[in-house]
Amino acid sequence: MAIYEVKNARPAPSSDKGIFRWILNNLLATPLDVAITFLGLAFIFWVIPPFVNWAIIDATFVGQTASDCTGGGACWVFISQKISMFIYGFYPHEEIYRVNIVFALFFVFVVLFKFVGKSFFQKVLIFSAYPVISYILIAGGYFGLEAIDTAKWGGLMLTLVIASVGIIVSFPIGIVLAFGRQSQLPIIKNLSVGYIEFIRGVPLITLLFMGSVVLPLFFPEGVDFDKLLRALIVITLFQAAYIAEVIRGGLQAIPKGQYEAADSLGLSYWQKMLLVILPQALKVSIPNLVGVSIALFKDTTLVLIIGLFDLLAMVHLTNSDSNWLGHDTEGYVFITFIYWFFCYALSRYSNVLEKKYNTDNR
Amino acid sequence: MSILNNKQFRDFASQLIVVIGLVAFLWYITSNLLTNIDQRGITTGFDFFSSTAGFGISESPIYFDDTSTYFRAFLVGLSNTLIVSVVGIFFATIIGVLVGVARLSHNFLISKLATVYVEFFRNIPILLQILFWYNVVLAALPSPRASIELGLDSFLNNRGLYVPKAIFENGFLIIFISIIIAVAIAIFVVKRANKKFEETGKETKVFPIVILLLIAIPLFVYNISGGGLTFDNPHLQGFNFIGGMNFSPEFLALTFALSIYTATYISEAVRSGIEAVPKGQKEAAASLGLNSYKSLVLVVLPQAIRISIPPIINQYLNLVKNSSLATAIGYPELVTVFSGTVLNQTGQAIEIIMVTMAVYLTISLTISMLLNYVNKKMEIKGR
Repeated sequence: MAIYEVKNARPAPSSDKGIFRWILNNLLATPLDVAITFLGLAFIFWVIPPFVNWAIIDATFVGQTASDCTGGGACWVFISQKISMFIYGFYPHEEIYRVNIVFALFFVFVVLFKFVGKSFFQKVLIFSAYPVISYILIAGGYFGLEAIDTAKWGGLMLTLVIASVGIIVSFPIGIVLAFGRQSQLPIIKNLSVGYIEFIRGVPLITLLFMGSVVLPLFFPEGVDFDKLLRALIVITLFQAAYIAEVIRGGLQAIPKGQYEAADSLGLSYWQKMLLVILPQALKVSIPNLVGVSIALFKDTTLVLIIGLFDLLAMVHLTNSDSNWLGHDTEGYVFITFIYWFFCYALSRYSNVLEKKYNTDNR
Repeated sequence: MSILNNKQFRDFASQLIVVIGLVAFLWYITSNLLTNIDQRGITTGFDFFSSTAGFGISESPIYFDDTSTYFRAFLVGLSNTLIVSVVGIFFATIIGVLVGVARLSHNFLISKLATVYVEFFRNIPILLQILFWYNVVLAALPSPRASIELGLDSFLNNRGLYVPKAIFENGFLIIFISIIIAVAIAIFVVKRANKKFEETGKETKVFPIVILLLIAIPLFVYNISGGGLTFDNPHLQGFNFIGGMNFSPEFLALTFALSIYTATYISEAVRSGIEAVPKGQKEAAASLGLNSYKSLVLVVLPQAIRISIPPIINQYLNLVKNSSLATAIGYPELVTVFSGTVLNQTGQAIEIIMVTMAVYLTISLTISMLLNYVNKKMEIKGR
């Protein structure tokens, strides 16, 4: 009986590997590919070198005033001089440390939440303590802290306040609306559907207009809502409809057997929904939940139109500073980077969450 | 058994509580509203629609001057919203489909460029993009006297884009009829070729014939009839261009930003649609002897489109809603003209916001009806 020995595979022919082969296969495979590749390269050379020249090589990085910017490129001095306005708006200079504490506390609380909070109750406590402490620190008026009017809030700080309030407060409302839409009770179902479809059918800007001109008429004379509070209410109600639709998608992905199993265990409606269905539905909806949160973060810029000074509005405003005329581009490029960074980081984070909770046992 | 454990009773009671709460809330805000209206002396009703607006609108597809009514101003806003939406949807679709296909290209450079494009523009607020195009890119364009020439008598400067305007005269009717005849003949040719293919399996190359028909017949008629179509070319006079058609910087910035932003979402829909077609489908097509073009057109795309169309239509809706951001740069669409200028002049906030919302709701409902119709058409027909 012949004994066969396993022969190792021969190495690939030298003509089939190496960087030239890769270029030939991936960039120059067909005549069309050659044309497209060269068009692409031409585009890159058309865009990148001028931008690098403008942003780095010809740019001015140090200085105090506009006259220090002698190079033909970007004047980053503008950004470094206005940075506190971009981040804190009109927040009084000597009180800025309070906002910085809030920023720093964010990381402290993330660590507390992840490593210190053991039980569900502790986690909820930590999660709800942060907004309260932040509010006290930023708004002031307690513990001898000077009260800062919300009209002075602005910049990145305001953007983050609006985005986080919008994302967090709308969440429970969205869950209730999603339950309502899936409910067997006709009145509750139709009310939820009507609300969700109405909000999703109109642009946020019309809702914000409504918040700023119509909402005050709905309350008795003397009840004076803060401008920021009105915007927050509108944005939260707006976001709740979108969250509801995302969670409804998750609820629909849960097999009917889960509902029946919960029923057969004798759980009540709320026990069934909160303990069995919702945790599974939330897991399925993570990517879309982060998606609508990113959308909201981008939509916070719309408060510019009703006269709040978020990050974008601050750039808009500093552009008209007579000492710094003609530096719009630097401002826009700078905040483009900030917005892009936050949104991209969130979308990466959603990938991490998705992997973490992907138990694949449905 | 207590009545509280009766399901019917509990269902009824919980809904009753919701209804009572809602009615109480509505009653509360309505009574406040009425008191406030009374106290502040706000006029109500829709009478203002027929009174004279007394302001001008920079660009309007229908005739509008300062003696026109508020209703006409509303119509101007509405038609500008529709124009900017249609143009935006047109370009967003083209860019989106191209980029979506490019991301799946085997060409490394092009797929990476497409990815960078999507990840960059998708993660920047649309309002920031609109303001950037308007305040940075378009504001940097030269004055009319130093316009950038784009060829074909078109010019780009800081007053916008000037292109020749087609003017149809009486003689154009005959050319129009010839186009219709050409289309009819083309349809006939295609139908006959399809029939021949079904019966005999032989293919005819109809594409060149159709193109030839569609170009040659109108061109021939145009030449013998001697015109009917003239162009009004823009030309420089003094400090500005006159004649031709002008697209304002506001319009350009808005359509640029809307198409570029929405295209990123459309490209994602296209990409995921194509990726969702199982590999086996392509292999089956190949094993039937279809070449790569035919396998794409006859097997992959029809299945990919079914998955891509619903999210794409949703993006069209988003584009229409986002067009309302024009108010930040003053392009006279519905929100700028109606919820802006008209509201400030009349002060009738409730009616105006209600009408504006009703318009957008109507557009949304129309688009979702279209979506349902398309979904039904595209449903896999079971055997």
